[in-house]
Amino acid sequence: MIKARVIVTLKNGVLDPQGKAIEGALRGLSFSGIGSVRQGKVFDLELDGSDKAKAETDLKEMCERLLANTVIENYSISIT
Amino acid sequence: MKSAVIQLPGLNRDRDMIAALTKISGKAPIKVWQTDTELPEVDLIVLPGGFSYGDYLRCGAIAARMPVMRAVAERAAKGVLVIGVCNGFQILLEAGLLPGALMRNASLKFVCREVKLQVANANTAFTRAYAPGQIIRCPVAHHDGNFFADPETLARIEGDGQVVFRYAEGTNPNGSINDIAGIVNQAGNVLGLMPHPENLIEAAHGGIDGRALFESVLGRAA
Repeated sequence: MIKARVIVTLKNGVLDPQGKAIEGALRGLSFSGIGSVRQGKVFDLELDGSDKAKAETDLKEMCERLLANTVIENYSISIT
Repeated sequence: MKSAVIQLPGLNRDRDMIAALTKISGKAPIKVWQTDTELPEVDLIVLPGGFSYGDYLRCGAIAARMPVMRAVAERAAKGVLVIGVCNGFQILLEAGLLPGALMRNASLKFVCREVKLQVANANTAFTRAYAPGQIIRCPVAHHDGNFFADPETLARIEGDGQVVFRYAEGTNPNGSINDIAGIVNQAGNVLGLMPHPENLIEAAHGGIDGRALFESVLGRAA
């Protein structure tokens, strides 16, 4: 079995009001020195088989077709 | 006019849309379930509002991948008129039938109120019964209506007259770029908008400003 993690984040320049609200809340907790906060999503997947190259290809297609909206989001894939 | 309303789990404005279409066209729309792969022969396909699949992943993301959406895309490519309202707009964007994306409202709050809309393009199949630049009233109810497009896409849709409705008179409820409330595709036969014209079609609603949208379509399909 292959385990993979997909991280989806908003592209640079795309407004992230949730990140801004989290940033404000962290400052409210008296954490200092916070430049900025951007939030995103993490997907942990378990895939059958052991072919990592195939898994990589499949994961990329999953990201393009569903997990990320590439109009506004970037994704990164890591296989462990 | 023959119409179809797409139904998906979590949509809740389908009944309002069915009532509006029935009252205005005199004919009840055909209801089509998400797993149907064939659509009836109709002049208009409507994706109503709601919270399909609980807004999981992203609003409209899962609905956009249901079998019926392939059939909707095929019909759209043939020039059949398609309207997506609210969650329906989000679904059309996620399905790639319209450009851009809808993000969380800039205020982070769900907004449920009346806004003013300017008819930015009255030369479409959906707006010809309005006057150019006309200001109309329309209700909105959404959490993710903040329209976004990258600069090139934005320039293209603005240049091609694809922006059909804008929030007017400082009523932008969600931070949408250029006050965009509704857009059409390049061919002009697919409309997506966040406001709910189906909820302002008779005196009992307190106004009828939404009616002309459906009458525009009716005029073409009659």
